[in-house]
Amino acid sequence: MKNWLILGATSAIAEEVMRIWAGRGYKLFLVARNQDKMDMIKADLGVRGASQVETYVLDANETTKHISMLDEADKRMGHIDGVFVAHGTLPDQKACEQSYDVAYQEIHTNALSVISLLTEVANRFEVRGHGDIAVISSVAGDRGRQSNYVYGAAKALLSSFLQGLRNRLVKSNVHVLTIKPGFVDTPMTAEFDKGALWASTEQVAQGIVSAVDKQRNEAYLPGFWWAIMFIIKHVPEFIFKKLSM
Amino acid sequence: MMAKQYVSWGRYPYKQQKGFDFSWRNQELPENTNFLPQGNARSYGDSCMNQNGVVVSSRKLNRFINYDQKTGLIRCEAGVTLNQILDLVEPHGWFLHVTPGTKFVTVGGALANDVHGKNHHVAGSFGCYVTQFEIMRSDGTRMVCSPLENADYFAATIGGLGLTGFIVWVELNLKKVENSAVNVENIKYNSLSEFFTLSEDSEEDYEYTVAWVDCLAKGEQAGRGHFSRANHAKNQVKPSRPKMTLSVPIDPPLSMINSLTLKAFNSLYYNRQKEERAYSTVHYDPFFYPLDGIKNWNRVYGPKGFLQFQCVIPPENSESAIREILERISAANRGSFLAVLKVFGDVPSPGLLSFPRPGATLALDFPYQGTKTLALLDQLDDVVFQSKGAIYPAKDAHMSGSHYNQYYPKVEQFKQFIDPAISSSFWSRVMEEK
Ligand SMILES: Cc1cc2nc3c(=O)[nH]c(=O)nc-3n(C[C@H](O)[C@H](O)[C@H](O)COP(=O)(O)OP(=O)(O)OC[C@H]3O[C@@H](n4cnc5c(N)ncnc54)[C@H](O)[C@@H]3O)c2cc1C
Ligand SMILES: NC(=O)c1ccc[n+]([C@@H]2O[C@H](COP(=O)([O-])OP(=O)(O)OC[C@H]3O[C@@H](n4cnc5c(N)ncnc54)[C@H](OP(=O)(O)O)[C@@H]3O)[C@@H](O)[C@H]2O)c1
Repeated sequence: MKNWLILGATSAIAEEVMRIWAGRGYKLFLVARNQDKMDMIKADLGVRGASQVETYVLDANETTKHISMLDEADKRMGHIDGVFVAHGTLPDQKACEQSYDVAYQEIHTNALSVISLLTEVANRFEVRGHGDIAVISSVAGDRGRQSNYVYGAAKALLSSFLQGLRNRLVKSNVHVLTIKPGFVDTPMTAEFDKGALWASTEQVAQGIVSAVDKQRNEAYLPGFWWAIMFIIKHVPEFIFKKLSM
Repeated sequence: MMAKQYVSWGRYPYKQQKGFDFSWRNQELPENTNFLPQGNARSYGDSCMNQNGVVVSSRKLNRFINYDQKTGLIRCEAGVTLNQILDLVEPHGWFLHVTPGTKFVTVGGALANDVHGKNHHVAGSFGCYVTQFEIMRSDGTRMVCSPLENADYFAATIGGLGLTGFIVWVELNLKKVENSAVNVENIKYNSLSEFFTLSEDSEEDYEYTVAWVDCLAKGEQAGRGHFSRANHAKNQVKPSRPKMTLSVPIDPPLSMINSLTLKAFNSLYYNRQKEERAYSTVHYDPFFYPLDGIKNWNRVYGPKGFLQFQCVIPPENSESAIREILERISAANRGSFLAVLKVFGDVPSPGLLSFPRPGATLALDFPYQGTKTLALLDQLDDVVFQSKGAIYPAKDAHMSGSHYNQYYPKVEQFKQFIDPAISSSFWSRVMEEK
């Protein structure tokens, strides 16, 4: 039996992951901005077999409330074994280029809010001597590209932070997973034309659950993105800077 | 891999569609556009297509709402597939009262076509087990419909082709089974009249009956095939569930179904069983959903796609009309890969426009080969019309509008329930060319 806290619980990818965990009878503590959506998800997870589902309304950017949220989770669930972070926004790159405030806000949502939460979670898990931390970053963090480098920079910050955290916590038996999805068909990408590289939320969720089970450090999802990003990362900068990507 | 095109299963007519995902049951429908609700697009022709507007897809609207393990009453959002329901309930000894030949359909789609299964002669259609559902109209009003509440919309929406409003959630009754197995008896038979005898003899003792017909056989042998009859197993057997392993990963440039492969397949299939009778106990998957074992099998028909044809012929004309249809196909040298024949029972269908009614139903598919294919379908449509039968919209891209109006005599009564913002390619076609 496992107790998971999920931040960004209304994300399409997170919902699919939680369905698999519910089928295993896990206890789930859902954190998201929208109570109505969480209520609908809660009923579904209950039917699918979750042994307990709790909901908690929070905007991830309200970092001053992270500690009280974690305390409440511990109180209602007994304890938390795992934290899964799934919230995120896909910024309007052009707007970020025009305004530092917009860029900052995006970096706050996609990276700083996660760092705030994980700073506290890491210390708690470190003391307890066990725990799972799984975070959705993105292949976009592997190399900056003109079409979305503010999002990419936030995800890169997140990926590096998680690398260091993994390195620090390995001796405390706390496991850290960095999830790097490619293109996934979700509300975040509703406006995009979908081609052969696109994956479904079900596919990506299975990959996430199995990466957590196998205690992997980093998971490109679907796996072929590892090869694509290997190539992209190795194109020399003097060529890369001229590409329109 | 997904291509977000919302194209129907037969891929004829092939049209890119603009899709809008309806993902949360408290959300609004798109404004200022005509639309058509769509489920998993497992209908073959144009009944799940809307050439001049958008489709509002329920594929992300797939949450369970309530499930009573004791009574087998389940309520879920309209985009939940039968596959998802079975995965959830079968381990608790529950099953669907009615299931079509694929489990990758949504409850909303199954309701809107009032689908039928191999047990129609005893169970009736899908709508018979729907206790209530909610529809949302384009003006934003929501209506809970049941046999007691908004009963007129209840009857119009079951089999209503998505035209009465967007179905948000559905509640249905499940049926008790002992385990996941079915006991199947497979009988090789030699003629059409033998089929009707077997059907009649099996009606009482077998819950599921269906036949595969070798549609290249001629003369005396026309209509020969394999008759399969089955019941849910009662004993403690647990056959293993075959894994879905095959897939048609790409679009072949040409149809792989042509007269050569058809001949080979039909004769191999007919002769696969040496003995006259064979018995087996199998998992429900290969019995109910043989085609689901091959992902994207519709791609074998190539880029031009294919058409289905399914009719029902009233009992008094069944044998003669089915014989004539088989003769015409064979005369046109256009066999069908999969020809499926079954006798429906007389359980009344609850929908105003439901397809199932007493008689024999025959389903065929044809690769689209231009006018030759359409000319044959014209002939078959005429036979059905003359014999007072009907054609199934879920599998149609061709029937004539005037015939449609005879096949579905309650159309006029139905029209008052149509939502003014909803349109479909199928509906425009059959209403225009009257
Ligand atoms: C291999 C195979 C075997 C089949 N075997 C059978 C069979 O044995 N018996 C049988 O009866 N059928 C059979 N069918 C046809 C299939 O069951 C029907 O076409 C079914 O309705 C498809 O459901 P769907 O979810 O894909 O809906 P779609 O095809 O997307 O839509 C079907 C209809 O439902 C409407 N609809 C869908 N969702 C909603 C909603 N939320 N609100 C309002 N309207 C909605 C659409 O507007 C459309 O009119 C088979 C199909 C295949 C591919
Ligand atoms: N889709 C892709 O192609 C793709 C690729 C790589 C990585 N990812 C990452 O995958 C994760 C999940 O995204 P998704 O694809 O599942 O899209 P999604 O369904 O749109 O999910 C994004 C979620 O983030 C939540 N959110 C946004 N800002 C928030 C805030 N300030 N506080 C709390 N919650 C907030 C949203 O909540 P509301 O419901 O309240 O709006 C929404 O549930 C994200 O981190 C995303 O960056 C996605």
